[in-house]
Amino acid sequence: MARKLLLTHIDIPGINTFEVYRQKGGYRAVEKALKTLTPDDVLEEVKKSGLRGRGGAGFPTGMKWSFLAKPEGIPRYLVCNGDESEPGTFKDRYLMTHIPHALIEGMIVSSYALGANTSYIYVRGEMMPQIRILEKAIAEAKHAGFLGKNILGSGFDLELFVQPGGGAYICGEETALLESLEGKRGNPRIKPPFPAVSGLYNCPTVVNNVESIAAVVPIINDGGEEYAKIGVERSTGTKLISAGGNVKNPGVYEIELGLSVEEFLYSDEYCGGIANGKRLKAVVAGGSSVPILPANLILKTLKGESRLMTYESLADGGFQSGTMLGSGGFIAFDEDQCIVRNTWNFTRFYHHESCGQCSPCREGTGWMEKVLHKIEHGHGSFSDIDLLVNVAKNIEGNTICPLGDAAAWPVASAIRHFRDEFEWHVTNGAEARQRNYGLANYADPLEPVV
Amino acid sequence: MAEDIKFKVSIDGIPVEVPPGTTILNAARQIGGDIVPPAMCYYSKLEGSGGKCRTCLVKVSKGSEKDPRPMPKLVASCRTTVMDGMEVQNITSPEVIEARRGVVEMLLINHPLDCPVCDQAGECHLQDLGYEHGLEGTRYEFERRTFDKIDIGDKVQLHMTRCILCYRCVFVADQLTPQRVHGILGRGDAAEISTYIKNAIDNDFSGNVIDVCPVGALTDKTFRFKNRVWFTKPVDAHRDCPTCSGKVTLWYKGEEVLRVTARKDEYGEVEEFICNTCRFEQKATSDWVIEGPRKIKHTSVISANHYEQLRPPAVVKKNLTLQEANKEQFERADRLLP
Amino acid sequence: MLSVKHNESVTFTEDMLGKFAEIVRRYPEGRQKSALLPLLHEVQAEFGWLSVSAMDKVAEYLHLDPIEVYEVATFYTMFFLQPKGRFNLEVCRTGPCCLVGAERIMTHLEEKLGVKEGEVTADGLFSWRGVECLAACGYGPVLQIGPEYTFYENLTAEGVDELINELRKKAEGAKLDADS
Repeated sequence: MARKLLLTHIDIPGINTFEVYRQKGGYRAVEKALKTLTPDDVLEEVKKSGLRGRGGAGFPTGMKWSFLAKPEGIPRYLVCNGDESEPGTFKDRYLMTHIPHALIEGMIVSSYALGANTSYIYVRGEMMPQIRILEKAIAEAKHAGFLGKNILGSGFDLELFVQPGGGAYICGEETALLESLEGKRGNPRIKPPFPAVSGLYNCPTVVNNVESIAAVVPIINDGGEEYAKIGVERSTGTKLISAGGNVKNPGVYEIELGLSVEEFLYSDEYCGGIANGKRLKAVVAGGSSVPILPANLILKTLKGESRLMTYESLADGGFQSGTMLGSGGFIAFDEDQCIVRNTWNFTRFYHHESCGQCSPCREGTGWMEKVLHKIEHGHGSFSDIDLLVNVAKNIEGNTICPLGDAAAWPVASAIRHFRDEFEWHVTNGAEARQRNYGLANYADPLEPVV
Repeated sequence: MAEDIKFKVSIDGIPVEVPPGTTILNAARQIGGDIVPPAMCYYSKLEGSGGKCRTCLVKVSKGSEKDPRPMPKLVASCRTTVMDGMEVQNITSPEVIEARRGVVEMLLINHPLDCPVCDQAGECHLQDLGYEHGLEGTRYEFERRTFDKIDIGDKVQLHMTRCILCYRCVFVADQLTPQRVHGILGRGDAAEISTYIKNAIDNDFSGNVIDVCPVGALTDKTFRFKNRVWFTKPVDAHRDCPTCSGKVTLWYKGEEVLRVTARKDEYGEVEEFICNTCRFEQKATSDWVIEGPRKIKHTSVISANHYEQLRPPAVVKKNLTLQEANKEQFERADRLLP
Repeated sequence: MLSVKHNESVTFTEDMLGKFAEIVRRYPEGRQKSALLPLLHEVQAEFGWLSVSAMDKVAEYLHLDPIEVYEVATFYTMFFLQPKGRFNLEVCRTGPCCLVGAERIMTHLEEKLGVKEGEVTADGLFSWRGVECLAACGYGPVLQIGPEYTFYENLTAEGVDELINELRKKAEGAKLDADS
């Protein structure tokens, strides 16, 4: 049985309440940190843990914290990113719904480490039930003396608030989130300055994902070194993976980083294989933004090695034959799914969610969507496929924020790996409207690629 | 006094020394010429502008003397400050040219290309960019985005279809006028400049939105369809204005002042913002003290037929009938030019 | 987007004003604009949508220019600038939900309710629309109903029928209560 750090007590009735959470050892990390550790000690433990941002970028959390500017007399802020909107990802919703106190506890310890006396949890507006859950949890924690003035007699004050979003994927980008939290349109800021220097209200700010913050709790309880023992290479600890699409048992799973993709996908402890006895066609492993891979490449790397659920292994082969762990939104496509249709769907998403601030993303996402729609509906030409590749290239890397890349990668990777399916839509337009292309040569079980 | 620290930077191999905090774009403007990146949204006089249009992307091939690593992506030169020893490539980088071409294409796919009926033609930055980087044909085969024309106040027309969402007019309203009534509504490619409810942009400095607009989205209704700018002659003039500096450019057609604008430098930026009275109400030569012809880049179409003594072709000089036919022209030339 | 100004009067109840004041206190002095999104949610929950007058009133309360409120309200998809049905059913239409049949659910809703996406049924009770990923990809297809954003997971056509009947009954019940 794999070790669990975040979801250890997930099945215990009432774990969403302060009382039960506390009985099960909750808020020990707050006690330990505030009573026995200095803020720098906490930072040290997080650094030692090797924890990497769980929101998608995978930037080392300890390093991010150490960049925080600390000028005298200016408040610092910790903002938790609970905007979870990346298609395929639903782990933060799960965590906030079932163990809200894990997040609250993480926020207290992290705020202490960063010297923040006011912290915000920004949750996407659609998660109104989760916002209510968090507000209740905050009230409980406050009532028990874990929030407010002079927490546990340590002299540390913290006020914690939940902020609702308004419906915008872009607010998952940290500077857009800060704009939104300031009551503005969610237009990403032009960096530099980075939030660590000038973030919320122009003050030094750290923005961390829900899961990253929650992971600070076991890191403080057991020590950073203990946390770093789990996992492989620079992928330490456990990670919540959201399994969706055509898997047999969709849901949120906590895995030890280093688990093989094959085991995650086929063992009954996790996804349990593909639903309805069908075969696997493709996987988007880290949320819709990361490159899609055909079944043979997701299970084994081009070198023939078993692919692991780690930042490094999933990226093996670069974008030619690899992908990214991203936010851990694992979407499986069965043999009956149409890659062209899905690429169009994802691109429509990015078009819909583009903030419109910079030209390549504003114009390019809509353009790609129209071309994909045309191909999907059987009116495309071969040159349209090349056009898509070129437009994606013109967007990638040329925008203010990563949404441009996130829109370009799914298109580029789908054409890279499934070009024959796109071409079939061109040559067999009428047929493509009636039926799907099917598996072709992508499916498991695996044949060596090289 | 601390000694003035200067950073050594090179842009396309040309060295320049600038104070810390200078952006790559402004360092390039100090050098001048072809190596200056184009800027559709950046406006040095509007705080916070820039970074959006992406036409000024450049390659930083050496980050600084201390950290010589190149920057991983192309950067917006208008919002990236120089470091000591930085080396920048603009027109010497094929990657930059390719990316800029891509950006220009994006700006054009939904642009109406109605230059023949657009008042901005001849002084339109998008027109220049399209000419320099665009393709002859378009690869975009879908219906273009359109909006209805809107009058925002009795002097300014908003033709959103032409807008490239540079946000400059929003910054003008924020920084020059007491209350902003227009803004960016909607998002993505449905975003538009609007007042949302029927509302006039009406205050002393609102007319400046016309001058800062890089395209023909905001135009002067008092000049609308009056003439093509290249048939008009810019003349610098001033008046004693209680509201603004009163330093303007008058655009003449014959003896008639067709429009009044602020004075614009070679990058199309106004030297000083002017008030609406100067812009819209003072259209008689007698309102102004004339300073002399406005210098316009010789490459501009506006310079095509300007300021030269009327030099009639030899055939006219020899022929009395033709001289008689052009009498009015000769008289005007005598009157207007020294 | 230019629409005619609505001049109907909008009143915020004591309850609402109390809630507003509590929200504004969450932010540092002078940063009351941060309260804009939470306030718009509150106002929409009360009135069902955001009229120009309601937005102007929010602007006045937070000392903002009205355009600042319009800019924000038009940016975020959760804010309605037109009245919706009393029950606005929002179905996730993004990739992972489509893999498990979200498109069929939307077609079914359209047939069942007899109105196209974004339109309101004649009785004013229902409207529906497709929305982008709701972060519930493992439980798809899903739909949500504001203002509390109640969530319905693993939808089937039959489940949708049942839900609609339930909501109808709820509305009728409320009407009876009001009449008696």
